[in-house]
Amino acid sequence: MVFFIFRRLILAIPVLFGILLITFLLQRLIPGDPCRAVLGERATDAICDAYFARIGLDQPLPTQFIIYVGSAVRGDFGDSLRYGRPISDLLAERLPVTVELGLTAMIFAIVIGVPLGIISAYYRNSALDVGTMIGANIGVSMPVFWLGLMLAYVFSVLLKDTFLALPPSGRLPAGYEVVPFFVAWGMAPDMANASPIMVFLSRLNLLNAVLTLNFDLFFNALRYMILPAVAVGTIPLAIIARMTRSSVLETLGQDYIRTARSKGLGELWVVMNHAVRNALLPVVTIIGLNFSLLISGAVLTETIFGLTGVGRTLVDGITTRDYTLVQGFTIVIAFAFVSINLVVDMLYGYLDPRIRMS
Amino acid sequence: MTINAATPVKLDVPQARPKHQSMLAETLRYILRNRSAVIGIVIIAALILIALAAPILATHDPLLPMIGQPGYSGRLPARPPCVYVLGCSTDQPQHYLGLDLNARDIFSRLLFGARVSLVVGFASVIFSIVIGSLLGMVSGFVGGWLDTLIMRLMDVLLAFPSLLLAIVIVTVLGPGLQNALLAISIVTIPVYARLSRAQVLSVKEYEYVTANRALGATPLRTLFVHIFPNSLTPLIVQGTLGIGTAVLDAAALSFIGLGAQPPQAEWGAMLSVARSYVFTAPHMVFFPGLAIMITVLGFNLLGDGLRDALDPRLNRN
Repeated sequence: MVFFIFRRLILAIPVLFGILLITFLLQRLIPGDPCRAVLGERATDAICDAYFARIGLDQPLPTQFIIYVGSAVRGDFGDSLRYGRPISDLLAERLPVTVELGLTAMIFAIVIGVPLGIISAYYRNSALDVGTMIGANIGVSMPVFWLGLMLAYVFSVLLKDTFLALPPSGRLPAGYEVVPFFVAWGMAPDMANASPIMVFLSRLNLLNAVLTLNFDLFFNALRYMILPAVAVGTIPLAIIARMTRSSVLETLGQDYIRTARSKGLGELWVVMNHAVRNALLPVVTIIGLNFSLLISGAVLTETIFGLTGVGRTLVDGITTRDYTLVQGFTIVIAFAFVSINLVVDMLYGYLDPRIRMS
Repeated sequence: MTINAATPVKLDVPQARPKHQSMLAETLRYILRNRSAVIGIVIIAALILIALAAPILATHDPLLPMIGQPGYSGRLPARPPCVYVLGCSTDQPQHYLGLDLNARDIFSRLLFGARVSLVVGFASVIFSIVIGSLLGMVSGFVGGWLDTLIMRLMDVLLAFPSLLLAIVIVTVLGPGLQNALLAISIVTIPVYARLSRAQVLSVKEYEYVTANRALGATPLRTLFVHIFPNSLTPLIVQGTLGIGTAVLDAAALSFIGLGAQPPQAEWGAMLSVARSYVFTAPHMVFFPGLAIMITVLGFNLLGDGLRDALDPRLNRN
C-alpha cells in the first residue's frame, strides 16, 4: 500500500509541473501589455521598465518561470490587478463559499442518487426504475445554469407565499452575524489580525453552526444553500444513480448472491451486505470524478445565486481582465482537482486490492 | 516439397463482401432495436431538419427588433408569448414564444440557434476526434518516449476541470464562437487520445496485424488501413456522447460571455442576456434552456444506445 501511494504521488509531479507551466504561459500569451493594464494607459516606457524590473518581468523566461514556481509553491500568487490585494487573501475569503456549495451538492447527490440506483436495480424494469432512468437521462442533459435559474423562479416566485419558498440569492439573511467556532471557544479573541486559514474557517457557515451548536444559524445557512446545491448536484446525482444501478444489477446476477440467498439469508441483508457493498467500488470512482462537474457547476451557478465564491470571482476576473486572479485561482482549482483524484485513486486501491497489486 | 512461384495459390476464402454487408445490416438492426437509440435518432433528425429549414419555419427575422414595425404598439421588450389558439387576443401580433429584451421573436431565434448548436457540436467533436485519435494512435503504435511524452501531456490537460480549461483558453484567444469551439475541442482531445491509444494497443496484438506486417505492409499502412478501422467503434460512441457535452459547454461559455456574441441567435447567449429577468420574464429563460436540454438529450440517448448496440460483450439474445 505504501508503495502504491508513493508511486501515485510520483506520477502526480509531472502533472502539477504541467499545470504550473500552462498557467505561466497563459500570463505571457494573453494579448495586451501587463504594465499598462495595471498602471494605466498613460504610463511611460521608463515607468513600465521600472515596473517590469520590480515584478521580475525583465528576466529571461526560464528565470521568470523558476521565480514563478517558487512563489506559487509558497502560496504567493501575487496581487489581484483589480482589487489590489493578495490573491491568497481573496482565496481565503471566497473558497469557503465554493467548498460549502460543492460539499452540500455532493452530499445531496450521494444521499439521493445511491439509494435511487439501488432501488432501481432491485426493482428492475418497474415503473419506478423506468421513471428514475428517464429522470437521470434528463438530469445529465440539463444546463446547470438553466436549472439554477428555473429553480430560483419556481421556489422564490411561484411558491413565494408557501412554506416551500426558498431565498434566491445570498448565504444568510441580511445582518446575520456568524461567530466563528474558534472565537466562540475562546481560542482567539476576535477576527482582527486573522490568518488566511482563520478567515477561511470563519466563513464556513455550516461548519461553524455545527461546531457551536447554533441550530438557528444551521437552518438559515442550509435554507440559502438548498437551491444552488440542488442545481449543482443534479447532474452528479443523475450520473451516480445510473452508475449505482448498473453496478448493483451486475453484482445481483453473480453466483455468490444466489448462494447467499440459498443459505436462507434475509433478502435485505443479501442486497445490502452482499450486493451493494461489492457494487459500490465503481460508484466511489464516479463520485471522485464528479469533482470536475462541481467546479464547472460552481463557476456557472454562483453568479446566478449571488454567492461570492471562487467560481463567480473567476468569471468576474475574466470579464475585468484580472489575469493574476484568473491565474492564481486556476492553479488552486487545478491543484485541488489533482489532489482529489489522487485521494480517490488511493481510496480505490484501498477498497480493491487487485488494483494495488497490478 | 518445392514451391512454384508461378502457380497462383488458390485460397478457399469465403466471399468477403456480402458478409461485410450483413454485418452492417446486423449492426443497424441492433441499433434500431434499441429504444433509446431510436428516440435519440428521431430527436437529432428533427433538429437537423429544423436547422436546415430555419428560414422557412421562422415566423420572423431572428435579428430584427419588432419596435416600430407595422401593427406593433405598447411595451414590446420581453413581451410574453402570444398564441391565438391558446386564447391570446387576435389584435395582438402572434409570437409563439414571446419577444426578447430587444423585442426580437424568440421562436425564430431558437430555430436559427439550432444551426449554431449543431455546427458547434459536430465541428468541435470532429476536430478533437481527428487530433485526439491521431495522437493516440501514434502514441500507442510507436510507443517508447513519444508515447510517454504525448500521454503525459494529455494527463496535464485532463488535470484541469474541462470547463475551467476551456475558459482559460478562450481568455487567451479572446471571446467569440470560433474560439469557444476551438477551446471545447482542445479540452476533449485527451479523451479521444486515450481511447484510441487503448484500442491500438489491443488491436495491434491481433494476428491479422502481424500477418500484414509479415506480408510487407508499411507501418503507416498497417496503422491506418488495418488497425484504425478496427478501433473506430468506441470513438463513434464517445463522439456521439461528446457532441452533447460540446453543445452544453458551448452554451455555458456563451452564458458567461465568452462564446457567441450579440446579436447572434445562440441559445446560451440568449440565456445569458435573459438571466437577470428570470423573475419578471421567465419565458426568455425557459425556452432556450429547454432547447439545449432536448438537443443534449438526443445525443446522449443515441450515444447510450450505440454503446449498448455496438458492445460485443453484451449478449444480444
